[in-house]
Amino acid sequence: MTEVRFRWPGRASFAIDVPAFRLEQGESVLLLGESGSGKSTLLSLTCGIVAAQAGRIMVAGTDIASLRTGARDRFRAEQIGVIFQQFNLLPYARVLDNILLPLRFAPVRRARAGDGHAEAEKLCESLGLPARVLSSAAGRLSVGQQQRVAVARALIGRPPLIVADEPTSALDAATQDSFLHLLFAQVREAGSSLLMVSHDERLGSRFDRVIHLESVVNTQGADA
Amino acid sequence: MILRLAIGSLLARALTVGMTVLAIALSVALFLGVEKVRTGARASFADTISGTDLIVGARSGSVQLLLYSVFRIGNATNNVTWESYQDIATRPEVDWIVPISLGDSHRQFRVMGTTPEFFDRYKYRGGRALTFAAGHSLGDLYDTVIGADVADTLGYAVGDPIVVSHGLASFTAHSDQPFRVAGIVAKTGTPVDRTVIVSLEAIEAIHVDWQSGAQIPGKTTPVDVIRTMDLTPTAISAALVGVKSRLQVFKLQRWINEYPEEPLLAVLPGVALQELWQIVGIAEKALIGVSAMVVVTALLGMMAMILSSLGERRREMAVWRAMGARPATILSLLVLEAALMAAAGAVLGVALLYAGLALARPWVDATFGIWLPIEPPDVRELWVLAGVIAAAALASLVPAIRAYRMSLADGMMVRI
Repeated sequence: MTEVRFRWPGRASFAIDVPAFRLEQGESVLLLGESGSGKSTLLSLTCGIVAAQAGRIMVAGTDIASLRTGARDRFRAEQIGVIFQQFNLLPYARVLDNILLPLRFAPVRRARAGDGHAEAEKLCESLGLPARVLSSAAGRLSVGQQQRVAVARALIGRPPLIVADEPTSALDAATQDSFLHLLFAQVREAGSSLLMVSHDERLGSRFDRVIHLESVVNTQGADA
Repeated sequence: MILRLAIGSLLARALTVGMTVLAIALSVALFLGVEKVRTGARASFADTISGTDLIVGARSGSVQLLLYSVFRIGNATNNVTWESYQDIATRPEVDWIVPISLGDSHRQFRVMGTTPEFFDRYKYRGGRALTFAAGHSLGDLYDTVIGADVADTLGYAVGDPIVVSHGLASFTAHSDQPFRVAGIVAKTGTPVDRTVIVSLEAIEAIHVDWQSGAQIPGKTTPVDVIRTMDLTPTAISAALVGVKSRLQVFKLQRWINEYPEEPLLAVLPGVALQELWQIVGIAEKALIGVSAMVVVTALLGMMAMILSSLGERRREMAVWRAMGARPATILSLLVLEAALMAAAGAVLGVALLYAGLALARPWVDATFGIWLPIEPPDVRELWVLAGVIAAAALASLVPAIRAYRMSLADGMMVRI
């Protein structure tokens, strides 16, 4: 990100300014920040959900800030895997449908994934999920299982960038550790970069870099 | 996949979605039901008489004449003298003529005096002739032929006695001259089913000792004497006329309408029926309007349901967006959900309608003489169903556009 400036439409009190922030290919970075510090806004900008008013946001060689809305959505589907904090999945859909959902909007990623069903099965197996869960409704799984399904969904088709928004906050300490172990193993295997935001400093030892948000982002007001 | 997910999303909210679908189904059933009853009533009325070219009665309104002479609704304001009837009968254009005399009743059913020719000339439902389910036509002076509903309702069989009451709501009975059921007409779906038919002479016979609508005190002429009397009627209520050539209908109609001896009215049944539809058309439109408003209300309910669910579905929308779904995809997802609910409501509505028709048909037929056909939905009804689904999709645009805007404003990190 270079000279990025963003203000939420209709919320004049909050704005962020990112003079420079870089994430190398294959690198894992933990962004630490308190609630309201602009973490969500930064991730929304990175994923191209919202467009910056100024500056450049290069992801895998493309300036997403310059793309039109439709192209940004398509780019996100093709290049970025997203893991949420919680309520990650469509609870009424089968696990398989949840994992394959991003491929629905990304033809290149779909082609890269090959046989989507087999790929989803392989990812689940690597993440310690039995194959039978693929046909279960996602809402019936435990929170830990749901987070692993979310990882499988983010990794399917090996997108170059994985963005994770406090994915361990809903997990207990033991589950957190095994979840991060699996996540890092899979991200490494896919050769993806990992950008995770959290307020938990203890996670830092696993990452290539730990960055405090305030060192890269200037905020004005407080984020919602 | 999107369709499967939309169905899954609806099933996950089964209770609220189910109530919405039920509301749409009931409104669709009501709307199509009103239409079925309307077309059924029109078809039943139109099927009641065929093959009759003119109906002749005392001068009044054409609709009134049609109603009392064919449908046994209302009364004649005046009679046609027997001389006038004979003048018409002898016209060269006339192929056949059947007199009708109304005024008396048996229980809740009208009594109609006519000639045995009525059973040959009266045609219904595109030219069908009357047939006898039991017994035979009028033979003896005190023979009566009853309609299928009269026999069913009162449990009459051939040979049973019947006493005719004077007038339509009278406690005075012609008990001194009882009739005998000679025949039962097979079910027709017309007012004939609810009519007690006697001979024209019998109408004269039971009124021998009557004057000005009341029995002459102390006078009771024995039946044997009555049988020997000249029972030629002095007046009739109306007459059904068939002409030799259709080209002569208007000529004969004009002649009757300009008949100098007494004021008469001749109407073409089809034209009178059209006048009737024009009168009831306003009520029909009002009924259709009300049932259409019920459909609109159900669709508004659906819109409110989708709107109220948006708050709790913001996280879901954020997941869709994060996976690469465009705001337009979210908009179309909600429209698809609405269309699916409306389609389910339409199918359930049609099922409810047919179940309702199957249950209500015998009662509606017996009570109102309206035969409700149970047929597959016609092209018009299919268009109505398609219209309901399209209207639902249109109505869902309101919450869908709101969801579209929310998904743009929320970004992907919704805090709830």
